[in-house]
Amino acid sequence: MITEFGHYALVTALFAALIQSTVPLVGAARGDGAWISAAKPAAIVQFVLVAIAFAALTQAYVTSDFSVNNVYENSHSMKPMIYKVTGVWGNHEGSLLLWVLILALFGCCLALFSRRLPPSLMARVLAVQGMIGVGFLAFILFTSNPFLRLPHAPLDGTGLNPLLQDPGLALHPPFLYLGYVGFSVAFSFAIAALLEGRVDAAWARWVRPWTMAAWAFLTIGVGLGSWWAYYELGWGGWWFWDPVENASFIPWLSGTALLHSVIVVEKRDTMKAWTVFLAIVTFSLSLLGTFLVRSGVLTSVHAFATDPARGVFILILLILVAGGSLALFASRGPALKSTGLFQPISREGGLLLNNLLMSAAAAVVLLGTLYPLFLDAIGGAKVSVGAPFFNSVFFPIMTPMAAAMAVGPLLAWKRGDLFPALKKLWAAFVMTAAAVIATWSFHSDGPPIGLLGMGLAAWLFTGTLVEFAERAKLARVPLLESFKRMAHFSGASWGMTLAHLGLAVAIAGMAGAGSWKVESIQVMKPGDSVDVAGYQYTFNGARQRQGPNYSSTVGSFTVREDGREIVTLQSEKRVYPVRNMPTTEAAIHTMFLGDLYAVIGDPDKDVEGGFITRLYYNPFVVWLWAGGLIMVLGAALSVADRRYRIGAPAHRRQAATAKV
Amino acid sequence: MTMKRMMFLLPLVVFMVIGVYFAIGLTKDPRKLPSVLINQTIPEFSLAPIKGRDRGLSSEDLKGQVSLVNFWGSWCIACKIEHPFLMKIKEENLVPLHGVNWREVDPDDGPDWLKKYGDPYTLIGDDPKSKAAIAFGVYGAPETFIIDAAGIIRHRFAGPMNQKVWDESLWPIIQELRKQ
Repeated sequence: MITEFGHYALVTALFAALIQSTVPLVGAARGDGAWISAAKPAAIVQFVLVAIAFAALTQAYVTSDFSVNNVYENSHSMKPMIYKVTGVWGNHEGSLLLWVLILALFGCCLALFSRRLPPSLMARVLAVQGMIGVGFLAFILFTSNPFLRLPHAPLDGTGLNPLLQDPGLALHPPFLYLGYVGFSVAFSFAIAALLEGRVDAAWARWVRPWTMAAWAFLTIGVGLGSWWAYYELGWGGWWFWDPVENASFIPWLSGTALLHSVIVVEKRDTMKAWTVFLAIVTFSLSLLGTFLVRSGVLTSVHAFATDPARGVFILILLILVAGGSLALFASRGPALKSTGLFQPISREGGLLLNNLLMSAAAAVVLLGTLYPLFLDAIGGAKVSVGAPFFNSVFFPIMTPMAAAMAVGPLLAWKRGDLFPALKKLWAAFVMTAAAVIATWSFHSDGPPIGLLGMGLAAWLFTGTLVEFAERAKLARVPLLESFKRMAHFSGASWGMTLAHLGLAVAIAGMAGAGSWKVESIQVMKPGDSVDVAGYQYTFNGARQRQGPNYSSTVGSFTVREDGREIVTLQSEKRVYPVRNMPTTEAAIHTMFLGDLYAVIGDPDKDVEGGFITRLYYNPFVVWLWAGGLIMVLGAALSVADRRYRIGAPAHRRQAATAKV
Repeated sequence: MTMKRMMFLLPLVVFMVIGVYFAIGLTKDPRKLPSVLINQTIPEFSLAPIKGRDRGLSSEDLKGQVSLVNFWGSWCIACKIEHPFLMKIKEENLVPLHGVNWREVDPDDGPDWLKKYGDPYTLIGDDPKSKAAIAFGVYGAPETFIIDAAGIIRHRFAGPMNQKVWDESLWPIIQELRKQ
């Protein structure tokens, strides 16, 4: 009964979205206030209806109603309650419903919190949001309906993929979607701007916090995915350039570019068409991310829906969204006039360089991800493009990027001077040299990329602090006044400093974990010891354990450094009988400078009581996620910047409303 | 058209090229088996019997008459749903049904399951290491193949069989093959 109620709510939501996508648009074109004002209530109603549908599906999962096909296929009565709930979006249909829920939530927030938006712009933005809603609601209802019943309710479900039965992965899709869908707001603003034929500082101020929020969520999503791969897959790696990982990373790269180009629009009234283009591209890439994962165009360990009929629907959706908006861009984009001129060496120049490098990085990752598909389409072999390609093209792009990042914020707008800026960075030069020498003394036999990475991290970290100290006039005016200056820094400027520091920390993590990882694979009997990077791992033996819906082999390792006991690690190898699928639970002990990491494998046939064990020392790996968290914190401070809620200067607002 | 307008048009052109590739990529579903094994001779295999039987299943057993090969396991819940229909095929003696007992952890699991629910199979091969399953390109259980008298794979059905698919597609194919 509740399921049917949810089903009806979803159908009704489609109609609300249809109204939202048409009526306000006509109103804005005709300047009809009554039609324009339909946008807000439609957005709110759409959200409430989708929320009801989502709650109904969640209810079916919580009560294990196996007469609902989706629940039968993806849940099991033996599953712990928390994973019954997260199972709602652990499958194709449910995850799309989550996608639409988040989309409707963003639309509802726009309707509620953007009162200062000129009504015609608001109407158009919400109408574009409504169109995306129509596309996805139709997709769910016609190809991926989670509310379909089975004629005879089976006794039990067929379980959730055990790999997905994990807190990191349960939270991964919601954050990823908050990021993907969040970029729809910037997209809607871009389309509305093309329709209105104007982009100005006020527009940029409305777009900035939404883009920043979407970027922060996507950063968390990408970080969670990488963290999950690190502890769950048991290979000791944290990034595999897997198509699904790339699918979330490409919009992250172009979203980062968008984040920076919007600043130029706001401050300098230039790079407008480019910013609109980036907004379109970023959301299209977010759709592509959904598309790649959900259609099975590229196969991957993550893909759990391969259904060409759905793929065709998403393809049509993607063509309508990306093709339609790019066509609009081709016809209306040339009308967006920029006024601000600038020299190459200037703050704008730095931000432009950021944009070029970020876009280039996004393009090569996209190319590497889609290359197998192109080859397949022209009749070539099925190939997969792996880490060697991505590493060899990605790092040469990111190196000048990180180097320039320390300099850019020190340059003035319009026309900057490079040499005074570099002179201010003397401390960064010193710290970089110190970092490289210190790294060399510890790891003289490691790959040169490790030295480069540590040097860049030190350069960016110190450079960002130098810029911060410059602004606070630290050591040039009395300390108290410097603190007063800091207290008056805007949220956005604190945000920039933190985000750049975070990236420096993450670069150190990547360099360390990528360069000096120590790995040891062997057969161990209880009592055996192995030395890994100066740590003695002693295998204490393995025992059997029964979990709530799995049985597992638990291997215990005691790790000592110079005879001093550090920790005892318990690594598990689980088998879930419902799917008969083994998963590994790596045992990880995190320390400031590196992780101790142990995995128990299968028992060895030839050695009595022996097990295959994989032991790792992963240096600096936790810095990666710490750096990501610092970046997210920076973004959060930036979103909280009150200037964005006050809105644009009054005269601009009047100009905008006068146009209606 | 001015240079500037061309620049604004470029993204659309690039996107259209990518779109065409996607459309082609979609028609080549990597998981679609038919392109690989349909109308091919069955792969060579020879499986040991499961506990309690003396005969296993090999590729030679599948030649001579139209037959079905069904991949199943005691761990597979969808097989349990399909099972009553398999019993019906046996009771009505519609077509020889052979089983491949796939990926059992314990060699007793498959035989126990058949004892409990009934045994619909003419011959059964034990496939704990997925030898035959990999050769047939099976990606989930249950999965059923229609093999003709010459030992050529004519149809593959993934998922639990039921009366509807049987009447609409499987039984007509079997009858058609018998005529040849």
